[in-house]
Amino acid sequence: MDTLFSGLELLARWDVVVALLIGSIGGVIIGAIPGVGAAVAIAILLPATFSFDPIVGLTMLLGIYGSSMYGGALPAILINTPGTAVNALTTYDGHPMTLRGEAQRALALAYTASFFGGVFAILCLILLAPLLALIAPHFGSREIFLAALLGIILVVLAHRGQVFAAGMLAFFGIFLNTVGLEPVKYTRRFTFDQSWLTSGFDLIVVVLGLFAISQAFMLLVDRDTTPHPQPVKGNVFSKMGELFRHKRVATSSSGFGVVMGMIPGVGEFTAQFMSYTYAQKSSKTPEEFGKGSPEGLIASEAANNAVPGAAMIPLLALGIPGEALTAMMLSVFYVHNVIPGPQLFQNDLDFVYALYIAMLLLNVIVLVFLIFSTNLLTRVIQIPTRFLGVIILSLSFVGVYSLRNSVTDCAIAAGFGVLGLVLKRLNLPVVPIILGMVLGGIMEVKLRSGMARIKTPLDMVDRPIAAIIAGLIVLVLVLHVRTLIREHRNRIAESDHDHDIHDSHLR
Amino acid sequence: MSRIKTLQDLFKRYRRPGDLVFAVFFMLFALFLLANLGTQTEWVKRTQLVAQPAFWPAVAVWGMAIFGALHLASSFISPRIPGRLAEVTFWLRSLEYVAWFLVYVLLVPQLGYLLSTVAFAVILTFRLGYRGGRMLGFAALTALAIVLLFKSFLQVKVPGGAIYEYLPGAMRSFMLTYF
Repeated sequence: MDTLFSGLELLARWDVVVALLIGSIGGVIIGAIPGVGAAVAIAILLPATFSFDPIVGLTMLLGIYGSSMYGGALPAILINTPGTAVNALTTYDGHPMTLRGEAQRALALAYTASFFGGVFAILCLILLAPLLALIAPHFGSREIFLAALLGIILVVLAHRGQVFAAGMLAFFGIFLNTVGLEPVKYTRRFTFDQSWLTSGFDLIVVVLGLFAISQAFMLLVDRDTTPHPQPVKGNVFSKMGELFRHKRVATSSSGFGVVMGMIPGVGEFTAQFMSYTYAQKSSKTPEEFGKGSPEGLIASEAANNAVPGAAMIPLLALGIPGEALTAMMLSVFYVHNVIPGPQLFQNDLDFVYALYIAMLLLNVIVLVFLIFSTNLLTRVIQIPTRFLGVIILSLSFVGVYSLRNSVTDCAIAAGFGVLGLVLKRLNLPVVPIILGMVLGGIMEVKLRSGMARIKTPLDMVDRPIAAIIAGLIVLVLVLHVRTLIREHRNRIAESDHDHDIHDSHLR
Repeated sequence: MSRIKTLQDLFKRYRRPGDLVFAVFFMLFALFLLANLGTQTEWVKRTQLVAQPAFWPAVAVWGMAIFGALHLASSFISPRIPGRLAEVTFWLRSLEYVAWFLVYVLLVPQLGYLLSTVAFAVILTFRLGYRGGRMLGFAALTALAIVLLFKSFLQVKVPGGAIYEYLPGAMRSFMLTYF
C-alpha cells in the first residue's frame, strides 16, 4: 500500500498533470483522424520527450497510446473508416448502428466499453504487480532471451497468410540492428567503409521513417479526400448505462485483452478476434453480429482498450516490448538510463504504480472529454488528407532532426519512409521490422551473457521458467503447423473473406 | 461476404499488385548481403559461436534470404494481379516528396527553423493543389504553431539559421533561442 501511495506522490507534479492532459486529449484527437494513428504521434513526439523526466515523457506517450483507440472508434462508427488499425472490427457493428439512426447509442457503448476495458486491465495489473515483483527476479539472461525469441516467433506467426513476408521483415529488423561498430569485439559489421554506417541505424530514425514519414508520403501521393461525419444528435452520456446490461461480454472481452496484451507479439488483433468470436458464440442473438450488434461493438472496443495496460507488463517486468508502440517507449527508458526489467519491479515498484495510476486517470479524463466533445471532434477530423500529409511531414522533421541535427538521419528516415509506403501499399506488416530491431538487440546481448554460464545447449532450459518458455515456443510452433494443416483441409474460398480487415495503411 | 469465420480471416493479408516486384528486390538485397557476409563481418579467435560478432548478422542475413526466397516463390506461383505498373508508379511518385523533404532539411540551417518551416508548408500546400488563401494561410499558421510548440516551448535541438547572423544583437540571440 505504501508503494501505491508513493506512486501517487510521483504523479503529483504540475508537469506530469499537463503531460497527462496533453497525452490523453491529444491521443483522442489523433486517434479520431483517419490516417494518423498513435504510432505516428508517438514516433513524432518521442525525441521531444527525451528532454523530460522519464515519468513526464512516459505519461504523455502512455496517454496517447491508451486514448487513441477511444478516438479511433468515432470515425469507425460514424463514417465506417477506422481511426486507428485496431478499430477495424468496430466498424462491423458500429456503422450499421449509425445507419439505423443509433449513432449516439453506438458511441456511448464504444466509449463505455473502452473505459471498462482500460480500467479492468489496469486494476488487474495493480493487483498483479506484487506477484510480478516476486516472479521477475527469476528471469535471468536465458529466460529473457527465450521470452524475446518467443515474442519474435509470435509476431511472425501472427501475420498469417504472410508469414514468409513477416519472417523476412523480422530478420531484416535483426539485420538493421547489427549494422555498425559492434561494442564487444569492436569489429565493423556491414559498414562498407562508409562512416555514416559506422554508428548503425538509430531505432527512432527507422521508426519515424516507417511510421510517420511513410504515412505522410501515402497521404501526399494519394487522392485528396475529406471525411464528413454527420454531427451526433443527443447526449452520449444519457446512453452510457446500457453497458451494464452487457457485463458478461465486457468482462470476458477485457479478460481476453489483458491476457493477450501480456503475451509479446500478440496484441490487440488476437484479443479482439477471440473476444468477438466468444461473444458471438455465447450470444443469444449471434445472427446480429456484423449487422449492428451492441455485444459485437463492446467485444471489439473492450478488448482493444485492455491491451495497452497489459502490454506494459512484458515491457516493464522483462524489458521486452510486445509490439511497435511499446518498442518505441522502450527507447524513452533507455535514453533516461532507466532499464526496464526485473530490477525495476524490485527497486522501483512505485514508478511502476505511478505509470498504472496515470493510465487509470487517462481513462477518466478521456471519457469525460468525449462526453462533452464528440461533436467538436467530428469537425476536427475534417482535415483534407493531403494537407494532413504536409503537417505530418513537417512534424516528422522535428522528430528526426532534433535527435542529433543530422542531415544523414533525415535522408535515412526518408528512405525508410519510402520503404514504409511500399509495405503499406502492399499491405505487408511494418511491425516485424521494429520488433526485429529491438528484440534482435535484446537476444544478442542476453544469449551472449546467458551462454557464458552454461556448458551444453541443454543447460539453457534447466531452470523452471526457461523450461516453461522453451515449452511454449515448441507448443506455439506445433499449434501453428496443426492449424495450417486443418485450414488446408477445410479450404475456404478466398472470396468468402473480408480481405481488408487488416489494413496496414492505418498504422 | 461472410465476416470473421476462421482464424485465418483475421490475420491473412492478401496479395496486392506489385507484390512480385517487391519480393524480387528484397531477394536481390538479401543475396547482396549474403555475398558480402564474409567480408563485412569478422569471426574472432577464442570466442564462443554465439558471442562471435558475425553470428547475429549471419543469422539475420540467412533468415532474410530463406524467408525472402519463400516469399518470392509464393509470389511467383500466385495468380498475377493486374495493376503492377500503376502501383510501382505510385511508389516512385513518393520520391518527389522525398526531394521536398530533403530540400527543407537543407534549408533549415540556412534560413532558420521558422522561415523554412513556413515556406515549406505554404509552398508544398500550393503544390498539392490548394490554391485558396484560406488553406495557404492555414498552412502558414500550422507551421508557426509547430515552431512555437517544438522550438520556443519545448526547446528541441534545432540549430538557428545562418541568416540570423545578419540580425542586430538582441534580436539575433532572441531568434537563435526561440526560432
